Amino acid sequence: MMSKLHVETTINGQPVEFLCTGSETLLDALRNTIGLTGTKEGCATGDCGACSVILNGRLVPSCLVLAPEAQGQSVTTIEGIAEGERLHPLQQKFLEHAALQCGICTPGLIVAAKALLDAKPSPSEEETRYWLAGNLCRCTGYEKIIRAVLDAARAGSAAL
Amino acid sequence: MTNREFEYVGTRPVRHDGVDKVTGRAAYGADVSLPGLLHGAVLRSPHAHARIVSIDTSAAEALPGVQAVVTARDIPPNSAKVLLGGEAALDLGDMSDCMLARDKVLYNGHAVAAVAATSLDIAREAANRIEVVYDVLPPVTGIDQAIAPGAPQLHQSFANNVANRMEFKRGDVERGFGEADVVIEREFRTPMVHQGYIEPHACVARYGQDGRLTVWCTTQGPFVVRDACAGILGVDAAKVKVIPTEIGGGFGGKIVVYLEPLAAVLSRKANRPVKMVMSRDEVFRASGPTSGSKVRLKVGAKRDGTLVAARASLWYEAGAYRGSPAGAGAMCLLAPYRIPNFVIEAYDVVVNKPKVAAYRAPGSPMALFATESVVDEIARELGMDPIELRLRNASVEGDRAPYGPVYGPIGLKQVLEAARSHPHWKAPLGANQGRGVACGFWFNAGMQSSATVTLNLDGSAAVLTGNPDIGGTRVAQAQMVAEELGIPVERVRPSVADTDTAGHTDVTGGSRVCYATGMAVIQAAGDVRDQLRARAAQIWKVDIASVRWKAGRAIPPSGNGSHQPLTVAELAAQMPHTGGPIVGRASLNAPMAGPGFGAHICDLEVDRETGRSTVVRYTAIQDVGKAVHPSFVEGQMQGGAAQGIGWALNEEYIFDAGGVMENPGFLDYRMPVASDLPMIDTVIVEVANPLHPYGVRGVGEVPIVPPLGAVANAMRDATGIRFTELPLSPPRVLSALLHTESPNQSAIRIPQSAMS
Amino acid sequence: MAVVHFPSGWTEHTGGIEEITIDAPRVDELMAALAQRFPGLIAILEQSAVAIDGQVYHHARYQTLRQDSEVHLLPAISGG
Repeated sequence: MMSKLHVETTINGQPVEFLCTGSETLLDALRNTIGLTGTKEGCATGDCGACSVILNGRLVPSCLVLAPEAQGQSVTTIEGIAEGERLHPLQQKFLEHAALQCGICTPGLIVAAKALLDAKPSPSEEETRYWLAGNLCRCTGYEKIIRAVLDAARAGSAAL
Repeated sequence: MTNREFEYVGTRPVRHDGVDKVTGRAAYGADVSLPGLLHGAVLRSPHAHARIVSIDTSAAEALPGVQAVVTARDIPPNSAKVLLGGEAALDLGDMSDCMLARDKVLYNGHAVAAVAATSLDIAREAANRIEVVYDVLPPVTGIDQAIAPGAPQLHQSFANNVANRMEFKRGDVERGFGEADVVIEREFRTPMVHQGYIEPHACVARYGQDGRLTVWCTTQGPFVVRDACAGILGVDAAKVKVIPTEIGGGFGGKIVVYLEPLAAVLSRKANRPVKMVMSRDEVFRASGPTSGSKVRLKVGAKRDGTLVAARASLWYEAGAYRGSPAGAGAMCLLAPYRIPNFVIEAYDVVVNKPKVAAYRAPGSPMALFATESVVDEIARELGMDPIELRLRNASVEGDRAPYGPVYGPIGLKQVLEAARSHPHWKAPLGANQGRGVACGFWFNAGMQSSATVTLNLDGSAAVLTGNPDIGGTRVAQAQMVAEELGIPVERVRPSVADTDTAGHTDVTGGSRVCYATGMAVIQAAGDVRDQLRARAAQIWKVDIASVRWKAGRAIPPSGNGSHQPLTVAELAAQMPHTGGPIVGRASLNAPMAGPGFGAHICDLEVDRETGRSTVVRYTAIQDVGKAVHPSFVEGQMQGGAAQGIGWALNEEYIFDAGGVMENPGFLDYRMPVASDLPMIDTVIVEVANPLHPYGVRGVGEVPIVPPLGAVANAMRDATGIRFTELPLSPPRVLSALLHTESPNQSAIRIPQSAMS
Repeated sequence: MAVVHFPSGWTEHTGGIEEITIDAPRVDELMAALAQRFPGLIAILEQSAVAIDGQVYHHARYQTLRQDSEVHLLPAISGG
């Protein structure tokens, strides 16, 4: 039996500590140890984007990050996108545009889209599609997702 | 009915479960956890075809942390009990053998044993320590090989690996072909493809000492899971409770059962709850993709474009056990067209691949790929506009469907006319671009549904059904209750119930929820409304027959000037005084909804240097009867189109010579991503279905059908090459481009072996 | 008298007959008459859908038939 490592990290602005083995992924730790099940596993090989989180400001597939790598770092998951009861404009626009059907890809997509708008507040449609190419959606054909993200970008820049 | 003015139906309210889904709060199958949970892992066959000589589980059982190990010996042997549930009735004997192999393994990935342990790592390690001795047999990896004389046989019960043959015939084909001025004959092939749902199969099973089983799982059909568990385990249905979690995509692939009875048996042995989640690799190898197919189609037409005769042979892969949608394919093949003479035969062929499951209009995409390609060729041969040719032959109400009954009101003509007048059809094309159009068809299921509507003292309401919500059906049901009671949609709470709290409801699938379950919801809400009228009659001391209902109010009979109308909220507040709680209910078995037709227009740009194609413009047009929530109807059309585009351009199961899948992951099983697609325009046509109070016909499945033909026809237009084999992946297209001297060469088939 | 149509593929069990007129007021009596006339069809009949005057039912046993109903027997299809 592998002895566990003690990790101290910040998740959605809160200090969190947990135990993990050296081979556990950040995705495993989030879902199984810390209890944040909003981040999903679709493939465990970094191909579907359902596990997207933001690690120190960088969009990463948490299934390809080892849990101990979170030591001393800052992680944002889907649970940290809303501000208390107030939805982020992306979440609001996803709802208004019906940009989700089964919803399994939605957490990863919203996190990925937030990373996009943090990096580039007014992306073009093409930039948005290429940025989100790492997030598979099988239900929507992406149409309403792209519209929601572009609309959220407009709402964001209108607020400035 | 068609002229009814709706207040809530046809609007776009935010879905009630939406906030949970955009915040990560919604619980899917793998999100469920219980105290004392064990984790299950499955040992799967590395061989595509082998006899199981022996299984030694002792090393696994000895590993610390292992609480239970099961093989087929732990499952009661099932005679071929039948569970109706799909286009081929679900055979419990086959399902049980598929879940855990008994004597033979029939595909790479076939489950042989399962382990429950205190951690997933230990369970997987234990599974690897199980020693299985196989007597490897030669695998059958394709249709041609399967039906050839002398092929290895998968099962004793039928010869030549053909489990079933179906035939549909009308008129006199030879005379029909004799009247034709143009005859086109082609052979088409499509690969095995997967539904591609992003959420793998997942469940938690808890078997209690009292013999009661509770299962949490992601499924399109909680009642199917319940009946399958009860049937395979040999217990009363009342001993099994299935709680459906949210579902991360299904498309037909989550109508069948893989893990749940297995987790139940492990839980019974270990006396603890067991969680089982498939890896992506397991989803590809060991769930239920859809059939690869071979379709030979010959169609004859007169010079004026009238289609006069058709002859077709369809072979569909069933996978390891019988039950491909070959019959459905045969029935869909000519459904859009009025052809007086035809013979269609279809073969259900077993091969050493995973047992196929339903995939969105199962059987129809492969068949219509053939038909729409041939019709396109005929249009070219005759110099006719492809939409004009289709309009000339389009099935209308009163025509006889190829499978026998007469069509009721259908919208194919309206859909084609909408395509013809859409700006997309006449827009100019750029260099290396081509345009294709194709039709699609699906029957749209009816089947059984139940619904309950309850009223709260404050006048808000709840609606409960047994249909997992894959794409917005909860909010549509709330809209229907709102419409029937005259209260705002936000005051209705829609819920998905479990098998104890919902009346029997057939699957979320078959494009049936807004139609059949919708009808039950409307009736249940109507039941509430009638009870409210009775309460008003009691309060006013009048006869219930004289109480009218309008816009959410009971209206007293005229001449009773002292009585004012009573709102739902006012009547609800008085429930305890007027007889107690009000519960409305309905249950029904609906006939088939009324067929859906669609037409898609696809513009493709082909890069001649790489063979890569890009969809540069796409329009999906479909008759849905009535769109209850237009955003989710559009979403179904767009999502189905994207799946069909993936099927046409890139998706395929690639097997090696031993029948082992080489691309069981999303990197190499290439589904469309956001950068692959343009905005997908949608046009909703509404030709009311007379069987439904609002005219709903069902939308979900039709949209996957037209893309295969539309993309292939666009490819023909762009390159001059008629491809008859999918997918039109870059290697196939490039190879054909390089081998083609002139753009007018006819059908080319590049064998897969030549491309590597 | 209901006129009953079969898919042509079933005719191996009906001696080539694709269409037959049966006097039955209800589907179960119609099925019994068919089973008696064509015993080879019994297994197929149990799993087939029934279209009565254009409406297709998966479970039609007690559906009533009119004097001149048109009945088509066909494979039961639902979907995915």
